[in-house]
Amino acid sequence: MFRGLLNLAAVRGGVHPHSHKDRSSALQILKAPVPKRLYLPLLQHAGEAAVPIVERGAYVFKGQLLALAPSDLSAPVHASSSGHIVDICEVAAAHPSGLTAPAIVLETDGEDKWAPADEGAALTDAYSEDAMTLANRVANAGIVGMGGAIFPAAVKLKQGAKHEIKTLLVNGSECEPYLSCDDRLMREQAEAIVEGARLIRHILKAFRVVIAIEDNKREAIAAMQAAAEPYGMVEVEVVPTRYPMGSAKQLIQQITGREVPAGARSTSVGVLVHNVGTVYAIYQALTRARPLISRVVTVAGACIKRPRNIEARIGTPVQDLIDLCGGFIDKAEVLLLGGPMMGIAMQSTEVPIIKGATGVLALAKHELRREQSSACIRCARCVSACPMGLLPLDIAAQIKQDNFEAAADYGLNDCILCASCSYVCPSQLPLVQYFRYAKDQQAQKHRAAKKMNLTVSMSLAKQQRLADEKQQKAEEKAAKRAAKKKTRTRSKQALHENGIKEAKADSTQIGEAKVITEKTAAEKEITNEATTREELAHES
Amino acid sequence: MLISMPSLLSLATSVMCIAALGALLGLLLALAGKYFGVDDESPLVKEIVSLLPGSQCGQCGYLGCADAAKSLVDGEVGINFCPPGGRALVDELASLMGVDARELGELAKPQLAQIDEKLCVGCTRCLKACPTDAIVGASGQIHVVLVEACSGCKLCLSRCPEDCISLKEEKLSLENWAWPKPQLLSHAAALE
Repeated sequence: MFRGLLNLAAVRGGVHPHSHKDRSSALQILKAPVPKRLYLPLLQHAGEAAVPIVERGAYVFKGQLLALAPSDLSAPVHASSSGHIVDICEVAAAHPSGLTAPAIVLETDGEDKWAPADEGAALTDAYSEDAMTLANRVANAGIVGMGGAIFPAAVKLKQGAKHEIKTLLVNGSECEPYLSCDDRLMREQAEAIVEGARLIRHILKAFRVVIAIEDNKREAIAAMQAAAEPYGMVEVEVVPTRYPMGSAKQLIQQITGREVPAGARSTSVGVLVHNVGTVYAIYQALTRARPLISRVVTVAGACIKRPRNIEARIGTPVQDLIDLCGGFIDKAEVLLLGGPMMGIAMQSTEVPIIKGATGVLALAKHELRREQSSACIRCARCVSACPMGLLPLDIAAQIKQDNFEAAADYGLNDCILCASCSYVCPSQLPLVQYFRYAKDQQAQKHRAAKKMNLTVSMSLAKQQRLADEKQQKAEEKAAKRAAKKKTRTRSKQALHENGIKEAKADSTQIGEAKVITEKTAAEKEITNEATTREELAHES
Repeated sequence: MLISMPSLLSLATSVMCIAALGALLGLLLALAGKYFGVDDESPLVKEIVSLLPGSQCGQCGYLGCADAAKSLVDGEVGINFCPPGGRALVDELASLMGVDARELGELAKPQLAQIDEKLCVGCTRCLKACPTDAIVGASGQIHVVLVEACSGCKLCLSRCPEDCISLKEEKLSLENWAWPKPQLLSHAAALE
């Protein structure tokens, strides 16, 4: 109402796909039993892959650290249950390519035992600790953005020290069809989420907390409102149901009325967004010292017998979750990890659940759009649907010609790959596929340029090193020659003083021979030294 | 005395004047040559050389990167002459020379050196030849290629006495995999 009066910019575009959430959201979250084997990929987050610190055959407790984060932009991996490490090898990855990725394979013993030290770990009051300690604790718990962005949560928490954060947005909008894991989590763990949000607010020193929920989740709104009631700074705001409301930029605009500038981050408008799943994980880490070892996953789609939400351990194969839901009732046309709009197509059911997996969808043919596309009729429906205010048809036309620079001029970099344009296109054009292709091409170009820079600098460094070595050798040689001259004159003098004039010629020869042997020995030493130096340089 | 004293003096004065003028102009010319002079090498060649890998591998058929840059400016070779440079170099050269890189079509995938561990005897010859220090090893130890630093210049290939180095396309991984260009499936094509 005030939006119209104040003439604030409303969120652009968006689409209204059928939600398909009723079946899975009606049932309580089921705690999955411990699977026989857990496959824990080392790269489940944005950034560098974690480095394993356990060996094959080792026994590990539940929650034990298995792989370290090599840098801040990475996340450690913990054991989801107790058992033995069987292997560290390549397993099927949650990736559209169907390639494999390195993972730790854990054979569980069924006891699901926490480490004895963790059992009674008493934590001090989190509110009395400073922000950095708490943020580091979140980093050590391996928490990443659980709405699918998989960005390390601690990196965002540390932003509070650099920027003034006015509003902490807890994202419970869950706009993707079929998914209801956040909905169920808010209904069942409302107090924990509110407490987690207050802890994050404490870390960021934010003024207020807004929990944004789409208006199609009435039970979740009621539960969160009841939980937030005692706290003045925690508000629950109901947002209209529209895809992609759960996208950070759109949600910020809806709640605060401010638009995140192109190329900038949400911190630039004083807002930080965290998914409810992430907030719950942060609550677990800060109040109970629990690392991120499980998450709620929606298993749904027309091919699943009993769709529902399951709390699964990270590393559980997708097949186990499908079996828990009664298995397939029909052959799935497409198997997705995540939602139908932005999810990743999986090639097999052996793929393990990762930290960013919001759902497992087995979709039948009638749930998918037709593949045949016809020519663009320039109806501009994609333009009205684009939440970023771009011209998808024009960008796609440029990409079709492989003209990536022109596509970037049209704002390709602002595209959030939400697939709204493809959803509304009456010609069924693969618009979002074009954008993914172009973005990957640009990333590859960037990577190639980076490598080129590296190889050029390394080649220059080697040339410099060789020149330095040559100069050093020459200097050493000159020094040796000077030393040799000295020895010769000294021996000559000695001979002269002794007054043995007859033997002079012979002795000089002996002296010279001695000098020569000395010289060869010295030369050998130099060459030895040079080789070792070179070897060392190569080793280092 | 054929020449009188005053005329000799005036001759000497004029000779000195001309000599002084010559010296002054010569100095000016020398200074102009130093400050306003143009190098034999065109600045474009220099700029291109700075973009090239600099490994002097000779895969383009020229003796070194500078020669190749010169023949590129002379129009003897196309902008895709440098295999180790790959896509990144072609794009940079295209924007520098005002050529459309898309006309070249699909570029060959970058090739990287790979050492067969079964055959390597650890002679250290290849690592001495590598211009980017991309080969790690020591005498008597099996050598290995650091994929991140290898430019695919082929210089190590001929040095290996065991013939155990080969050039292979980079292994497909989650990092270097890219979405393919969508293939349009038209109604007409679907009906056939």
